Amino acid sequence: MRITSRGRVLAPIAAIGVMGLALTACSGGPGGGPGSGGGAGEADGKVTVYGTIADTEAELLEESWKTWEEENDIDIVYESSKEFETQISVRAQGGNAPDIAIFPQPGLMGDLATRGYLKEAPESVVSNIDEYWSTDWKAYGTVDDVVYGAPLMASVKGFVWYSPSQFEENGWEVPTTYQELLDLTATIQQSTGEAPWCAGFGSDAATGWPGTDWVEDLVLRQAGADVYDQWVANEIPFTDPQIKEAFEAVGEILKNPDYVNAGFGDVASINTTPFGDPAGALADGTCALHHQASFFDGFITDAGATVAEDGDIWAFVTPSIDGSGNAVTGGGEIVGAFSDDEETVKVQEYLSSPEWANSRVKLGGVISANTGLDPANASSGILTQAIEILQDPETTFRFDASDLMPSAVGAGTFWKGMIDWINGTDTDTVLEQIEAGWPSDG
Amino acid sequence: MSTFLLWLSTLPALAQVPIIIAAFVALVGVLIFFIEIAPRRGRVYTILRLAACVLIPLLILAALESYTIAIIAAGVLGVLFFWLDYRSSEGAGYLFQLVGFLAPAIVLLIIGLVVPTIQTTIQAFLNARGDTFVGLDNFVWIFTQPQAVRTVLNTIVWVLIAPVVSTIAGLAYAVFIDKSRGEKYFKILVFMPMAISFVGASIIWRFVYTARPAGEQQIGLLNQIIVLFGGQPVTFLAVDPWNTIALIVVLIWVQTGFAMVVLSAAIKGVPAEQMEAAELDGTNAWQRFINVTVPGIRSSLVVVLTTISIASLKVFDIVRTMTAGANNTSVIANEMYTQFKNFEQGRSAAFAVVLFLLVLPIVVYNARQIKKQREIR
Repeated sequence: MRITSRGRVLAPIAAIGVMGLALTACSGGPGGGPGSGGGAGEADGKVTVYGTIADTEAELLEESWKTWEEENDIDIVYESSKEFETQISVRAQGGNAPDIAIFPQPGLMGDLATRGYLKEAPESVVSNIDEYWSTDWKAYGTVDDVVYGAPLMASVKGFVWYSPSQFEENGWEVPTTYQELLDLTATIQQSTGEAPWCAGFGSDAATGWPGTDWVEDLVLRQAGADVYDQWVANEIPFTDPQIKEAFEAVGEILKNPDYVNAGFGDVASINTTPFGDPAGALADGTCALHHQASFFDGFITDAGATVAEDGDIWAFVTPSIDGSGNAVTGGGEIVGAFSDDEETVKVQEYLSSPEWANSRVKLGGVISANTGLDPANASSGILTQAIEILQDPETTFRFDASDLMPSAVGAGTFWKGMIDWINGTDTDTVLEQIEAGWPSDG
Repeated sequence: MSTFLLWLSTLPALAQVPIIIAAFVALVGVLIFFIEIAPRRGRVYTILRLAACVLIPLLILAALESYTIAIIAAGVLGVLFFWLDYRSSEGAGYLFQLVGFLAPAIVLLIIGLVVPTIQTTIQAFLNARGDTFVGLDNFVWIFTQPQAVRTVLNTIVWVLIAPVVSTIAGLAYAVFIDKSRGEKYFKILVFMPMAISFVGASIIWRFVYTARPAGEQQIGLLNQIIVLFGGQPVTFLAVDPWNTIALIVVLIWVQTGFAMVVLSAAIKGVPAEQMEAAELDGTNAWQRFINVTVPGIRSSLVVVLTTISIASLKVFDIVRTMTAGANNTSVIANEMYTQFKNFEQGRSAAFAVVLFLLVLPIVVYNARQIKKQREIR
């Protein structure tokens, strides 16, 4: 009798035991390395850095601070992820943030800052920003009048890549107004019988972003800088006729089956083409024109072509509507910190210094808007040109709008909207969808 | 706990395995030991029980790194052991022990399941920052946004197609290979995908569906076959609405093995006498299958259908891995995650509540079926 009753007790108890164990297994503390736990990293000789920069770029990044690490006896542990935009907010909300994050989107940094996850920038970093960066760039790392971080690298967007020799053979001219660019497109299409443009929006979870650059270029050129700023702040919604006009203008090229997608297929193939692949099409001549930021220089070099005014491939900045003025969009990274221990502060300080900027730019492929940067250090003609554009006081520079918007739109519905739009959804529906992603509490 | 795991991670990989197993066995041993001595009489046991009252909360504190849970556990254990002790001196009652011992489980269930459910439901009526009550706004948003409505519809499509197809395929396969030679091997073939994680399966299928431009070397199996027969490569994951079907195929591929194994076992349980009697009555194979086999395995069919239904309602990894919800393939679980990472906690929670409401009828139906079964027995 006792045995049976004990048996009846044991079964549920065993089940509970197993369940309890399962529960403990699930909720063991943060699984991160040292320095995790809500960013309250202790000074342990290690600083964890998390960002989107991957592969070759990441190796160069680690090389750029190698000597400094040895001099200062701090180990910078860099971790990259193509899912950074998603992971960083999940990690921050889950109390497993890195010491430092390199944000490609100031908007995403702002989301984390206003929710109290980020630490204010230390004084030494702020003084570096004041000394070496323009007020515009300072503003990108500032949320509600509090500075959270310094810029890191930069890129100038809106370059159109082409082959100078091909242009010369056919007598095509580099356009100086936007209408001339459209005329050039028509001319190339008629004389070759092939689509002149190639485009690729594919980028795993970030698919669609190259499309946003097109739209931003057109908004800045057609509607002007003031409208652009209001658009970023959502004072002018996506559904506004001025934004629709920009979409329609992009559509004249990207949704025209006669104009795309050179070397890859029909209009819909834009979504499935990884954004780096057009480099190959440019290099082997199947594609005459491609719209992409200054960093594409590295991709073209990898594809085996030289980037130079007299080389295989060169680029011109997307022309303005009337051929006057010099308005460009660009992007960059902001370095934010989740912890404020001594070592993290030191790393932040170094990353915001001209010493680091020169050290990284010398290694090639990138530029920085740091005014302490010597343009001669840039590795190619395009990058030197890009640095000059950035440092020219006449330039109307505007940061990539999708990167400034809250991540729900800028890294969410705007990207998704571009995909749907290329797949053939009509412009009005897409604009409503994008606008609907705007955060409920502004 | 995290300190222990961190220390463990510094050891070589092969040394970690025995330590983990030893820790697990030790914990289970301690639990069984206390369960064994709980109802015994005597001063020694009373002291042991007291020790347990102190040690277990401390262990919980170390493992979960949460004071609140440990305090609750300590309180519960204290009262419980006191009573158990008091009772054991007079001969313990079975019911009382049961209640006493079930208490920790119930407490854990409340902490781990009931409280989060209530919290999520409350969050669904708050704004993104969770500091203002916004009424039904989040739900209005879900059912007025074409994209969000599409997400809910996609989830319903998943639930309608995946369970039915995998169950039918699994059942047909189980019937055809029943009592054949090499049945074991046929079963292994179909059951194999079950051992692959959803993410693994998704990556495999993403390669199968990969499309390269016409005229280039195809690396996707399906498109290579299409091109061999002179067709044009198809971008399976971009063409709406067929891309959702392409994703559902992955779940079916994984779940058919599960359905087949359960149903095969059930078919073997259908009494041979019934089959023989039906045969004597002059029925053909199809009539026997419909009128004898299917009613005989009805309860297993319900279990399989509901299990796969719940799996397809919760589907997240397949969509996340293959399309991340692009081209109108998003489902509720993926959208919950997307909204959460966009700091839209209210909308994320509202999606969770919608999912909960969709799962509810299936669970209720399942529970009622089980109850009916009991009455029959």
